Amino acid sequence: MSSNGKEAKPARKLCIIASKGSLDMAYPPLILANAARMSGIETHVFFTFWGLDVISKARMKKLHVATVGNPSMNAWGWHFPTVVGGIPGMSDFASVMMKKEIDKLGFPPVDEFMQILVDSGAKVYGCKMSMDMMKLTKDDLIEGAEVLGAMEFLEIADGAQIIFV
Amino acid sequence: MVLTKTIDDVKFNAEGFMVDPKEWSPEIAAAIAEREGIQLTERHWAVINFARSEYDKNGEAPTLRSITKNSGVDTREMYALFPTGPAKLAAKLAGLGKPTGCI
Repeated sequence: MSSNGKEAKPARKLCIIASKGSLDMAYPPLILANAARMSGIETHVFFTFWGLDVISKARMKKLHVATVGNPSMNAWGWHFPTVVGGIPGMSDFASVMMKKEIDKLGFPPVDEFMQILVDSGAKVYGCKMSMDMMKLTKDDLIEGAEVLGAMEFLEIADGAQIIFV
Repeated sequence: MVLTKTIDDVKFNAEGFMVDPKEWSPEIAAAIAEREGIQLTERHWAVINFARSEYDKNGEAPTLRSITKNSGVDTREMYALFPTGPAKLAAKLAGLGKPTGCI
């Protein structure tokens, strides 16, 4: 099919487990999944625990950066000590700033990013156990997401490259 | 008189991207498509022409997000048109280098 002589290789498949729901950590699995789809790689993303926020219709637009207990929290060359990060409104402020930076780089907000992923043909799953614990149902998730148990996900992941975020 | 270049006159890198985007022509795009096993439609051309005009403006291949936002071809259609990978394939057909953007 392609001209680069790589047709003998088996088709690549990528499975990503997204377990984080903070604004900063929501992006890595989405960027990887999207890059995989752009390269024509079959892609599955399993959202578990806090990661469910990323595909929850009610929560996905409200993700925040943690300004407390985050040793990497730097801005304008200055480290945010936890005591400063704990000032009311600081997380809101940092989240607004980060959303601006994300936009400047040409990356979409989380809800739009999820739509792109679903449209690209990436498969998106909510972890059944986490959903039961958080009292979420399929209707709480974005259009196109399926509900899946860990064992079923591992069946899908058979032979795939797996990334845990 | 300018002689039209054919695909045999054009240099490609090991991954099949044209080395010099200035050598591109619609005829060459058609020849690349044939080599890649793609039947070009009007919608493919909409993407290719958009990528070329972005290249003329910015000197680089547009990101996939830029294509889906601005060319009139949305994400679903892009993947239907270029099932083996829309970003690379569109850039290849438009005679541009491999896209380096992450989105």
